[in-house]
Amino acid sequence: MSTDTSTDNAASTEIAQGDSTDAAVRPRQRTAAGVFSGSVLPPLVLGAFVIAGWYGISYGLLDERRRFLLKPPHEVLAQGFLDWPTFSEMLSGLWSSTQVAMIGLVISIAIGFLFATVMSQAKTIERAVFPFMVTLQAIPILAIVPLISFWWGTGQRSRIIVCVIISLFPIIVNTLFGLQSAERGMHDLFTLHHADRVTRLRKLMFPAALPAIFAGLRISAGLSVIGAIVGDFFFGRGDVGIGQLLRRYANQLMGEELLAAVILSSALGVTVFMTFGWLQNIAIGKWHETSGGGA
Amino acid sequence: MTQVETDHHPRSTGESLAFRDIGMIFPDGTEAVRETSFSVAKGEFVTIVGPSGCGKSTLLKIASGLLEATSGEVEVDRDRLGYVFQDATLLPWRTVLGNVELLAELHGFDRDERRRLALEAIDTVGLAGFANHYPKSLSGGMKMRASLARTLTLKPPVFLFDEPFGAVDEITREHLNEETQRLFQSEGFAGLFITHSISEAVFMSTRVLVMSARPGRIVAEFDIPFPYPRSPELRFDPEFARLSGEISHALRGSHS
Repeated sequence: MSTDTSTDNAASTEIAQGDSTDAAVRPRQRTAAGVFSGSVLPPLVLGAFVIAGWYGISYGLLDERRRFLLKPPHEVLAQGFLDWPTFSEMLSGLWSSTQVAMIGLVISIAIGFLFATVMSQAKTIERAVFPFMVTLQAIPILAIVPLISFWWGTGQRSRIIVCVIISLFPIIVNTLFGLQSAERGMHDLFTLHHADRVTRLRKLMFPAALPAIFAGLRISAGLSVIGAIVGDFFFGRGDVGIGQLLRRYANQLMGEELLAAVILSSALGVTVFMTFGWLQNIAIGKWHETSGGGA
Repeated sequence: MTQVETDHHPRSTGESLAFRDIGMIFPDGTEAVRETSFSVAKGEFVTIVGPSGCGKSTLLKIASGLLEATSGEVEVDRDRLGYVFQDATLLPWRTVLGNVELLAELHGFDRDERRRLALEAIDTVGLAGFANHYPKSLSGGMKMRASLARTLTLKPPVFLFDEPFGAVDEITREHLNEETQRLFQSEGFAGLFITHSISEAVFMSTRVLVMSARPGRIVAEFDIPFPYPRSPELRFDPEFARLSGEISHALRGSHS
């Protein structure tokens, strides 16, 4: 959301000032004010309440001794975000985790597309592979942590593998669903004109699958960030990721830094999610019936 | 689906498309079509009217090879068969131009040639100016025009229409009917049209066949004598009304 809040503010105050405004420009101002009160104001108000509540808990509910459980917002800001050595440590942790998440995601996309494409070519293959996919998906990551460290050690490689395991399933399922979504009539059209398998896949099934593929990508991109952070908790060798930092701050009761790191992690998740929304708009916004809205 | 039908070229009888003793029983036991024989010659526009689910569309699928008849044989040149579907079946990710180019693309025409064919066809159906629009911004009638244009690019000698104007409003449908008979005039194809609108059938056709309820059989045949080009006012001609009445009667009779 990149609405310019200052102009919105100006517009709304002008309206509030009353009736002397030129009638001809009023509707537009009203629209700007409408946007402000419609979609910018509510989250701002809620945000203010959350921060007020946060202060309330920090100062009202927790006494001096237990305040480390929830440090007040300004201390989190000061020690977590404005203290450069700490903040740069977090940024480099975030960068390391971002790399893990992105590598994991790219691998998931490659494997996911391959599997979905193969499965889309024959019902038999789909039926053979699908139960294993579901089984893989159903394994709690915690249960295979020992195996992963057994086979691939406790470094970045294992963190990437956790990412892949967590983010693979939605890509396969959505891509497969998308590849199967082209209408019967369109398939008939390609059949009538003797299109071969590859042409059908390239010119019909794959473009038809794009909306579903992007839906899957957005889910998986978010999951890959979670995977990278979860991976950090178990496999800490090598670069220090944001998950490692979270663990360390928690162990050392560094409340401000911990909260700052949590906020940064969620910012990463949101950024990734929005990036894929933006890519989706570029790729299919022009033709897809329901996209073309905000990211 | 394998194509066991004989699709060698039509005999020298002038028939562009011939059904001989076609029977169709689906795997679930439904008998869709029984002992149906008729042919469409070059310069003919034949329309089949019949109640819903009587196997009209099945005949087109058999003609085109999408379905394989359980008995009988079809004679038609399938290499350049025009097939207009019930829905426009435009690819939503392609513009009108991209959609109209599709068939020429699938048939391996080079870029310039298919662009030329597509623009010509778009012009013919009156969609010039909409070449770069995506289907989502077109009305139902315009989508159907684009679909017609797509089929026209291959200049098919035989044109199959599977109830293509069923989903558009009455006024648009009449316009599309007028344009279809104009196309029939200018392109000189053999047309086989499926509909359950009697006035549509009478307006465009040289011959109307009435099909019975399932299992579908041809139960009546009417020659439509009006010369082409046919003007919209033809619909108010007493002879038009008389023919429509007779066809309607035959259709009712086939129901009981």
